[in-house]
Amino acid sequence: MELTKEKLLGFYETMMTIRAFESKAVALFAENKLPGFVHLYLGEEAVATGVCANLGTKDYITSTHRGHGHLIAKGGKVDLMMAELFGKATGYCKGKGGSMHIADVDLGILGANGIVGAGLPIAVGAAFASKYRKSDAVAVCFFGDAASNRGTFHESLNMASIWNLPVVFVCENNMYGISLCQRDHMNICDISDRASSYGIPGITVDGNDVIAVFEAASEAIKRARRGDGPSLIECKTWRQRGHFEGDPAIYKDPAEQQSWLEKDPLPRLAKRLIELKYATQTELDQIQASAAEQIEAAVKYAESSPLPALTDVLTDVYAG
Amino acid sequence: MKQMTYAEAIRDAMRVEMLRDPNVYLQGEDVGKFGGCFGVTAGLFAEFGPGRIIDTPISETAIIGSAVGAAAAGLRPIAEIMFVDFTGVCMDELFNQAAKMRYMFGGKAKIPMVLRTPCGAGMSAAAQHSQSMEAWFTHIPGVKTVMPSTPADAKGLLSAAIRDDNPVVFIEHKQLFGLSGDVPEGEYVLPLGKADIKRTGSDITIVSWSWMVQKALAAAEILAKEGIQAEVLDPRTLVPLDKEAILQSVGKTNKLVIVQEAVQTSGFGGEISAIVAEHGFDLLDAPIKRVTAPDTPVPFSPVLEQAYLPSVEKIVAAVKSLF
Repeated sequence: MELTKEKLLGFYETMMTIRAFESKAVALFAENKLPGFVHLYLGEEAVATGVCANLGTKDYITSTHRGHGHLIAKGGKVDLMMAELFGKATGYCKGKGGSMHIADVDLGILGANGIVGAGLPIAVGAAFASKYRKSDAVAVCFFGDAASNRGTFHESLNMASIWNLPVVFVCENNMYGISLCQRDHMNICDISDRASSYGIPGITVDGNDVIAVFEAASEAIKRARRGDGPSLIECKTWRQRGHFEGDPAIYKDPAEQQSWLEKDPLPRLAKRLIELKYATQTELDQIQASAAEQIEAAVKYAESSPLPALTDVLTDVYAG
Repeated sequence: MKQMTYAEAIRDAMRVEMLRDPNVYLQGEDVGKFGGCFGVTAGLFAEFGPGRIIDTPISETAIIGSAVGAAAAGLRPIAEIMFVDFTGVCMDELFNQAAKMRYMFGGKAKIPMVLRTPCGAGMSAAAQHSQSMEAWFTHIPGVKTVMPSTPADAKGLLSAAIRDDNPVVFIEHKQLFGLSGDVPEGEYVLPLGKADIKRTGSDITIVSWSWMVQKALAAAEILAKEGIQAEVLDPRTLVPLDKEAILQSVGKTNKLVIVQEAVQTSGFGGEISAIVAEHGFDLLDAPIKRVTAPDTPVPFSPVLEQAYLPSVEKIVAAVKSLF
């Protein structure tokens, strides 16, 4: 797929929408407007954007506790997401799931997930369903560096490999599992090295470069679609905030934080767009303003939405 | 009607449902050419092939986790876990994923999957291959739990479980696989949540499920010779539970003994006892009695295992203590 002006500007819009959503969540959480926990994707926008740009509605994703970016990049509606963060009846999950459990099965979004590493076998199952039906849909599983230490990672990559399933495992290596940095939770540098244990391709890319992510994902997804099996892509990136809002992240070295902020994926793409003369700074500012407006509208929708009825606690436990 | 064993009836249900619905498939350890650890799936691989009867690696987490994903994507997996004792390995996939997805997602997903697994002691398989874990599953909102005691019930309830749009834990009993009985041929579906009176009686109600129904029936025969007519009620599905049938029977007999093979503390018998105490206290003429295994792991040596298991004699003694 050629990286046209339209495509690159589309990346910028998606990344800016995620940035605006998450930045707003920071403010709303600080104002005590959001119950529970929020785990923000600030700094990692290029990963979801670059990967999901290769997917259609029929394709599946499984997401994580840090899932807002995946949902937006896969086409999730920001007003329904915001209403869910507020715990409103109009939210994606009618206020029953919250930030960590947003799903849109019709868009192939099989759920954010509160259990680290739980999405891996679910994505394998979705990929199995696709192969079973002889569809060319693929499943993409997003997970973090720390999730790659779980047994679900091992069982899922092995099963996907022996069954040659159309699934792409996208490891967002943001260098920390909550407070524990990667060098303290594994003895390898590149998580993509683990792919060779399962006889599948593994690659490491700069996760803050949306074009690099897009190109690696494009190859892996095409491979899955044509029936050549799973791959592992490690995207090295950085969580700019704490594990959740309220975590001051004292475990991070300020110099390291600063060096990663300088590699922020959004200014990098902006610079590229201007160099390529695909956009002027004014046009980019307009994209930013329009993303902010969209998120403000989502907040208005959420704030003006009704709370769930107390009787709703008892519904939706069983189907039928 | 056709004579079938419990194992054959389970196989027949899977076969009939797979012929009826192309979205139904079976996966598990050694379920293919090997025919399953207890022979339950014998012949299905030859009939349906490797695309629908799928041997998995020894990866319980991925067996259940992938079934959840496939069900969310619209298939109807039957996932076999070789022994119920192994479900600890895939518990997150069952209780945090399958069971909760519908609710967490605001009713916008369904997870139509069956986790089939054998339970129970009696073959000196020791503490990690002999347990009765049903209370683990009944404590999870969003999951249904089915425990048939006869070949016909096994077929009708498994067919219902496969057609159900929710995760269903279908617990088979190793001691029942060889039990024969009349089973309807072709499509046969029983409702989930409907108890069955396996023996009518007027003097006492014995509620039991799975293998213990057979023990309760044997106890009832002995008791009848001593002038006590026991009613044996098999709930068949623990969730949903036919509470009305239990209260109705206790209303008739005014006495209740609950027999479960599982260890006593926090067992499902305690739940039935609480339901009757809360909703049927005035119906009772005597304290509720439980016959259960002791709160120990399942022992290996046959003499110890027999001492561990609820027996016909223990059931008879518990009943007689109320007269």
